[in-house]
Amino acid sequence: MTRYILRRLIAMPFLVLGIVTLAFLLTTVTKGDPLTAIVSDRQLNNPEVVAAAKAKWGLDRSLPERYVIYVGNLLTGDMGTSFITRRPVAQDVLYRLPATMELVIAAMAVGATIGISLGVLAAYFRNTAIDHAARFFALFGSSIPVFWLGLALLYVFSVQWGILPGPGRLDARATPPPMVTGFMTVDTLMAGNVRLFLDAVWHLILPAFVLGWAVAGTISRLVRANMLEVLSREFILTARAKGAGEFRVVIRHALRNTLVPTLTVIGYSFAYLLTGAVLTETIFSWPGMGSYAVDAARGLDFPAIIGVTIVGGVIFLITNLLTDIAYVVANPRVRLG
Amino acid sequence: MTALSAPRMIRPRWLTLPLMVGVLLVLFWLLATVVAPLMTAHDPLDMVGRRLQPPSWDHLLGTDALGRDVLSRTLHGARHSIPIAVAVVILAVAIGASLGALAGFLGGLADTVIMRLVDVTLSFPPMLLAMAVAASLGPGLWNAAIAMVIVWWPVYARLMRAQVLEVREREHVEAAIASGATRTRVLTRHILPLCWTPVLISATMDLGQVILLAASLSFIGLGATPPTPEWGSMISDGAAQFYSWWVALGPGLAILTIVLGFNFIGDGLHDYFDPRSR
Amino acid sequence: MSAHTPLFEVRDLRVAFGPGGILGEAVRGISLHVDHGEVLGIVGESGSGKSVGMLAALGLQPEGARVSGSVRFKGRELVGLPRRDLRELRGSRIGMIFQDPLSSLNPVMTVGDQIAEAVRLHNRDMSRKAALDRAKDLLALVSIPQPDRRLQQYPHEFSGGMRQRVMIAMAVANDPDLLIADEPTTALDVTVQAQIMDVLADLKQRLKIGLILITHDLGVLAGHADRVAVIYAGQVVEQAGVDDLFARPGHPYTRGLIASIPDMTRMDDRLFSIEGTPPALGHLPSGCAFNPRCTVAQDVCRHLAPQTHVEGDHNATCHFAFQNVVSAA
Repeated sequence: MTRYILRRLIAMPFLVLGIVTLAFLLTTVTKGDPLTAIVSDRQLNNPEVVAAAKAKWGLDRSLPERYVIYVGNLLTGDMGTSFITRRPVAQDVLYRLPATMELVIAAMAVGATIGISLGVLAAYFRNTAIDHAARFFALFGSSIPVFWLGLALLYVFSVQWGILPGPGRLDARATPPPMVTGFMTVDTLMAGNVRLFLDAVWHLILPAFVLGWAVAGTISRLVRANMLEVLSREFILTARAKGAGEFRVVIRHALRNTLVPTLTVIGYSFAYLLTGAVLTETIFSWPGMGSYAVDAARGLDFPAIIGVTIVGGVIFLITNLLTDIAYVVANPRVRLG
Repeated sequence: MTALSAPRMIRPRWLTLPLMVGVLLVLFWLLATVVAPLMTAHDPLDMVGRRLQPPSWDHLLGTDALGRDVLSRTLHGARHSIPIAVAVVILAVAIGASLGALAGFLGGLADTVIMRLVDVTLSFPPMLLAMAVAASLGPGLWNAAIAMVIVWWPVYARLMRAQVLEVREREHVEAAIASGATRTRVLTRHILPLCWTPVLISATMDLGQVILLAASLSFIGLGATPPTPEWGSMISDGAAQFYSWWVALGPGLAILTIVLGFNFIGDGLHDYFDPRSR
Repeated sequence: MSAHTPLFEVRDLRVAFGPGGILGEAVRGISLHVDHGEVLGIVGESGSGKSVGMLAALGLQPEGARVSGSVRFKGRELVGLPRRDLRELRGSRIGMIFQDPLSSLNPVMTVGDQIAEAVRLHNRDMSRKAALDRAKDLLALVSIPQPDRRLQQYPHEFSGGMRQRVMIAMAVANDPDLLIADEPTTALDVTVQAQIMDVLADLKQRLKIGLILITHDLGVLAGHADRVAVIYAGQVVEQAGVDDLFARPGHPYTRGLIASIPDMTRMDDRLFSIEGTPPALGHLPSGCAFNPRCTVAQDVCRHLAPQTHVEGDHNATCHFAFQNVVSAA
């Protein structure tokens, strides 16, 4: 198992290189002219800008040479300049990354809580109405388009009932705290403003639920299947014979035995959350990487969209690796055996 | 411990309620794909009433910002979403399964090159990669389709390769090789026919997810272009008319029901093939 | 029956499956009893209902099973007792150990935590530290060396015999009055089997507990049980003191079981086994349940359920009980 992790670690740089290569290929297919991927339409008539871009990215060189220059620029953290914000893409992405991470982590917490609870209930009450309801809820969550769900919930909870706030990370009238970590919940606390912290949590609820529901479905189905298997094992009978109550039997003995696969599916759900975040952020005016990517895609801002894709791919690779490591650490038999 | 089994003979084991509901939902939308014009009173592109009318007997799902009938646009939407999804899956299976079969059968360098390509493609969050490709190719439903094929083919490549590797070890294949059959013949006659079933099942179940992805791309503005009645872009219109909730209701329910249909079918098949989870 | 109240007494216990019991009864009216310091052996093939019956007596029947009859523990009726009250008895007054110690122990909890849990479940005020100390003493009680170190290990780090010792330590954690051991040695190596039986016999002596030993192997009972109940198809077909049973088996099934005990002294002999399999749930033959497999069955056995014949402390349920002794296979 440790050898497996080691192999994965060694493969990492190659996969990152693959991601970069694919991203480079994308720049070469844009509208047939790579210049359009580097210089915005408005600047194309400005000979100075065009000349500078050509020199920097080596556009008059051959394809292999350009590839080397591209990788070299990336290595120094240069992903080009966004057409829309006119700032370096790397800077934009770093600035917006924390908002996405905050949303994704909150959604993961929501999804894991709902998913594990439903999975446990469904397994314990298998083939009853509770089981069927849980399964339907799960299927519903993975069938509903997040961008539509977001709109619908905003309309119902914010506009009609007014019990949850509208889009954004904070009340529009509030002054945001100074950005330290970029996590609004953390920054408000660091600024010592509890009211603002609660407002930030308040604003997280809807988008986190919208994003978390779909992964809740996947998690609940896996937890259900694993719980069914574990609940039929002998040590469950042992626990009951010891005089343990049902709650203790289910949570402490059965659920704890499904921890490893559950952890794994939660880790892998990260990919889905990143995908979903793109759309959720758009609906909730969440200033993260996702809405940045959507704005970039809509405005054909190629350096930005390709930059986000590379960063997204790398984040995805890292979380999958961390998940695999967690799998080894959390499983006493793999660790010691 | 005594093994106990309850009799469950009332209806065939594979015929579960979710499966039936799924099939009905999918059949409804397939029907809409074929005969949408007969199901609606209005042309999806005509301005048939005042703009942003709430639902009424004339317009069951109201009208949109241009005074078009949302119900007829929703039903016509099936004619774009479903053929696109089917085309994407067929292309992705064609490319993915061929490459996967070659990788599994040839091994060596071909295997390495193809599978590393698969690994790299699967290293991206699917939506981000699809967006990047679609944006690079430019807006339009068919460019979005190409982007989706690029995102989706590795799934089938992996599946097909695993199948081929498994079937290749069976006795009848070794017998065929021993009796002097050519490599092509071994692959096409003795291996491939046994590999298709899981790939096709998985492809059918993926249709719902592909519809969802296509709608997402259109919602962002990278798929269908106006005035095409495509569900994702209709919801995008609805988002622009946020307070006229009915504009997004029809297309949203359309996506929900058809994806739910495919998911129900997938769930039913899953139960049938994996009785452990029952 | 004597006038005093037995430690544990089961009367006409029935366990039925399916709605309204349509799937049949796995246990069809078992009656038996055990006293302090006594070992009752229950023997029967797998699927005979011996495990299901004893589990059901403690409220551990499978989902959807209906239990009827009477189970008295120190005079207190257990059938129909609220789940909470049953739970208080289990693990404190009545301990249980099972066949496969590997699958019976929780793989992701340390052995110490599992024993300490058994202690604390019935001593709510005890600290975790004190419970772990008690767990250490218990490991020493079942002769596990280096209990300090062993407490922190997981079940997969133990050998089969050591695991079963852990199970026993857990079962006697609260000084129970009754210990039910369900095939405690079946999954173990032959050499280890004897050690485990010695541990059980030793505990019985020291703690003065009643012990119910459930097994499919009559041979295990020969040196360890005081009395034996033979179970076939959910019923007790013969019950007697252990010596009496071996000397004068009254039921053809018992004779078959005795004949199938492997005899180490006769190397040439191939192992005798009773032909056929026990009836499946809900598929009882008419007449005597054993008749399709019985070597001495007559016409009457196929039509009429046999009566119980009593001779002193020895009873057998067979049309030809205590006869045919000579003609046995």
